[in-house]
Amino acid sequence: MELLTTNNIWMMLCAALVFFMHLGFSFLEIGLTRQKNTINILFKNFFIITMGLIMYCLIGFNLMYPGDFNIIGGGYLGFAGIGLDLAVAADLSYNQGYTYWTDFLFQGMFAATAGTIISGAVAERIKINSFMIIALVYVSIVYPIVGSWQWGSGFLSTLTDDVGFYDFAGSTLVHSVGGWGALVIIYILGARKGKFDINGKPQAIPGSNIPLSAAGVLILWLGWFGFNGGSVLSADPANTSLVLVTTCLAAAAGGLGAAFFSGLLYRNLDLTMFMNGVLGGLVAITAGADQMSPNEAIMIGVTGGIIVVLGVSLLDKAKLDDPVGAIPVHLFSGIWGTLAVGIFGASKGLDQFIVQLASVGIVGVFCVISTIAITLLVKSTVGLRVTEREEMEGLDIAEHGTGAYADFAMK
Amino acid sequence: MKKIEAVIRKAKFDEVIEALHEIEVNFFCYWDVTGRGNEKIGKVYRGISYSTKDIERTLLSIVVSDSFVEKSIKAIIDSGATGEIGDGKIFLYNCEEAYRIRTGETGPKSFN
Repeated sequence: MELLTTNNIWMMLCAALVFFMHLGFSFLEIGLTRQKNTINILFKNFFIITMGLIMYCLIGFNLMYPGDFNIIGGGYLGFAGIGLDLAVAADLSYNQGYTYWTDFLFQGMFAATAGTIISGAVAERIKINSFMIIALVYVSIVYPIVGSWQWGSGFLSTLTDDVGFYDFAGSTLVHSVGGWGALVIIYILGARKGKFDINGKPQAIPGSNIPLSAAGVLILWLGWFGFNGGSVLSADPANTSLVLVTTCLAAAAGGLGAAFFSGLLYRNLDLTMFMNGVLGGLVAITAGADQMSPNEAIMIGVTGGIIVVLGVSLLDKAKLDDPVGAIPVHLFSGIWGTLAVGIFGASKGLDQFIVQLASVGIVGVFCVISTIAITLLVKSTVGLRVTEREEMEGLDIAEHGTGAYADFAMK
Repeated sequence: MKKIEAVIRKAKFDEVIEALHEIEVNFFCYWDVTGRGNEKIGKVYRGISYSTKDIERTLLSIVVSDSFVEKSIKAIIDSGATGEIGDGKIFLYNCEEAYRIRTGETGPKSFN
């Protein structure tokens, strides 16, 4: 009982830290976009955390942890019914690490994160109603189904007889799931007006508030103490401490890697790349945070940071517009971190690597197909983009009837 | 009475103000302006190099009596020059009349 109390306190603290990440995402996104879209971005972030929690309570939790895969057997699809289960909650032998309530809240905070990743990438041009529909479906259905394949003891967790997929805290299951969705939607949605000139050359659209973005990144880093630390699923002293060390080292290495790599590449010390690199390191270590030695964590982090810098330039070359760098950070680094479990650490090996690669592919295909279906459906019914004039005047006025700073404009 | 308008470097603002105070020119307005000129500013954001022709300067607007015109202009030129392109411009205008609102005084004594 005492052990459960200790474990449970840690898990509730971690749930709170993951909740705090939503402030980090909000700050990061506001700062890297223009003033005229601030209310719109905050509205999306509020919608995701509020809708995400409610939908996770109603259906998401029971889709992700169905117990019995009663719809498509073999670990593909199960649903344990609508709403939380008071009878299960009353039984304190539910788990040694946490109560049923804590389990729900911690996992619910995660679910909302996947939707927030999409929000940043589609900023400054998507219709708010269309975004809300897409996010609702994505957070309530797509994310929990993918999660059930691994964390709900579905087919990915036992992909081959000997080796199962390994994703400690969600490089693939959370970050790549959000990243794949973001990639598909920005492809269908198109770039912001002015991002590419008539010859297709990428243009800079500088963010409006870099200090706010910096605060956002540091808040996200703090939130990761809970994101990875809580994914131990108990307060186990050895594991939680190691996970916090690997997490922080990877973040630091990712930031330095991105800052100096972009410095060499562009002859300029770019703070936004530094910040994205920290996040790239964090996403990369997330899949194997409990498997790695400190040195391995540094290698994974620094590679994650470099991947972010290359990813930003790759998206520019591909004429894809991701204002906040969500796809390089969450998708590209997420894939790297997932594969790294087969290259470094306690479970490295060719078999593990192949399982990791196959799982990245399976999750990718599922996310891409389902996002294409939702997005095209929304596009053909309510439409996807605001008009060109609304985009130029800003989504705050066009979609929300007021600006973020009223009579005062920062200049 | 003359009105002097000077477009100066933001970085030279403190020195110019101090030089004007030294010759007892203590009343003037100033504001930040954006303009165009020969200069192009190179910038880099997230790996994309771009240049902007928007140049940021400070504009001083000073009204002085005739005997102060020459030394005011000299003070601005001496304190505001770096020798590089972009040091700015000075424009001189006739000023028809000046009034002190509190007392209704006119002419140079309204601002000295």
